[in-house]
Amino acid sequence: MGRGTVYFKSAPRIIATYTVGGPKESEGPLGKYLHQRLSDDKFGEKTFEKAERKMLSYAIDHAVLSSARNFDGIDAVLSGDLLNQIVSASFAAREFDVPFIGLYSACSTMSESLSLGACLIDGGYMDTVVCATGSHFASAERQYRFPLELGCTRPPCAQWTVTGAGATVLSKEGNGPKITMATFGRVVDFGVTDVNNMGAAMAPAAADTLYRHFRETDSRPEDYDYIVTGDLGAYGSSLMDALMKDKGYSISSRHMDCGKMVYHPAETEFQGGSGAGCSAITLNSYFYRELTQKPIKMIFMATGALLSTTTSQQGESVPAISHLVVIDSRRGEAKCR
Amino acid sequence: MKQKPNEKYLQFVSATTPTTKERRTLLHAFFIGGTICSVGQFLRYMLSYWAGLSGDTLAGTVSVILIFLGSLLTGLGVYDRIGKFSGGGSIVPITGFANSVVSPAMEFKSEGYVYGVAAKMFVIAGPIIVYGVLSSVVIGLIYYVAYLF
Repeated sequence: MGRGTVYFKSAPRIIATYTVGGPKESEGPLGKYLHQRLSDDKFGEKTFEKAERKMLSYAIDHAVLSSARNFDGIDAVLSGDLLNQIVSASFAAREFDVPFIGLYSACSTMSESLSLGACLIDGGYMDTVVCATGSHFASAERQYRFPLELGCTRPPCAQWTVTGAGATVLSKEGNGPKITMATFGRVVDFGVTDVNNMGAAMAPAAADTLYRHFRETDSRPEDYDYIVTGDLGAYGSSLMDALMKDKGYSISSRHMDCGKMVYHPAETEFQGGSGAGCSAITLNSYFYRELTQKPIKMIFMATGALLSTTTSQQGESVPAISHLVVIDSRRGEAKCR
Repeated sequence: MKQKPNEKYLQFVSATTPTTKERRTLLHAFFIGGTICSVGQFLRYMLSYWAGLSGDTLAGTVSVILIFLGSLLTGLGVYDRIGKFSGGGSIVPITGFANSVVSPAMEFKSEGYVYGVAAKMFVIAGPIIVYGVLSSVVIGLIYYVAYLF
């Protein structure tokens, strides 16, 4: 075992998932896989912040419902989001009578919550946990960028924050894809200061985690059917492929990026989706379906940029992180070294 | 210990990052910005011909109408779409200034009329006003000193 990679002997199962997507996401290529498609991006609420937390609590609630359990059987909710003081997650958790573990790892929250949830279950401390995260385009724009109605242009390297939330129910027992390993990411900063070029800021962190994972587990890209990154976008993905190639791994044929998948390629004004919700809805809708229908072994690594508006205005570069989990739906016992 | 910037990577990024298509953007900015200004000029002719306005009254009335139109289009959710297409051409004229005041006012209404609308109204326009006034003072001083001799 190397530093950062943990193996789950009991291989916690993903027993249920649920996703909620906004109007733009519902019209996108992944729309047909989403569990709940919204036609109103405010979800019947007065503010975008309220809509974001409603999506998150809705996803958690329905994920638990579809796991055929009630909240008495849930030991903890692990969740986080992008808003200051992770208000969406904690306000959503206010509605459930369950211990809440608030996480912040920017857009990497989905894989962080899955790895920590798997640790809690594999350690024997808990039986069933819910891992969830979400984001909202409008609330993220308000916090990080400009008012929605401001007539400004976006640079071609920019991405679009996904409106959506996804929840995963992890359990010690049950049928479903297994989480067999996790590699925790390091904070990597190559010095990118352009806040519109998140793909370039996050690609080195993703490449670092993946490289460490291959080294520590003595595996190769060929051992996996998919290598799925969170929200590098089209340009960031190409950077990550190039960085991995430099290290001697060719991943481009297996590499998929949730940010690239979530919108139609015709929307050429940006590089794809971003935000915590981006990887959350893609994993819990499209990839969960793939995992339950086919025997697949995949890497899921959401990517997060750990900046705030204050740090970027003060001229700091953008540090990034990527946590990795291995999800395996092949029959039989997962190999455990 | 702080990580050192990876110069090789940063060079690669700055060489490969997709950039704005300048010619197209300039063309759009020229035509959209030009159209807005032409509307202003048209209003000038019309007001001077039909309403008999002239001088400061004429200039003021034209500005007020353009500001109103910019604010209205912002409220109707049209101005940001024009802005997306026009590559800066809709930001520079006075309608863009109206847009930069109205859009945060609308957006922050959810935080109330005092801390939201009123406090955030000049988030974007504030710096323009500050440096506009400051540079007018500097130019005024230069003008004054130049004419002393």
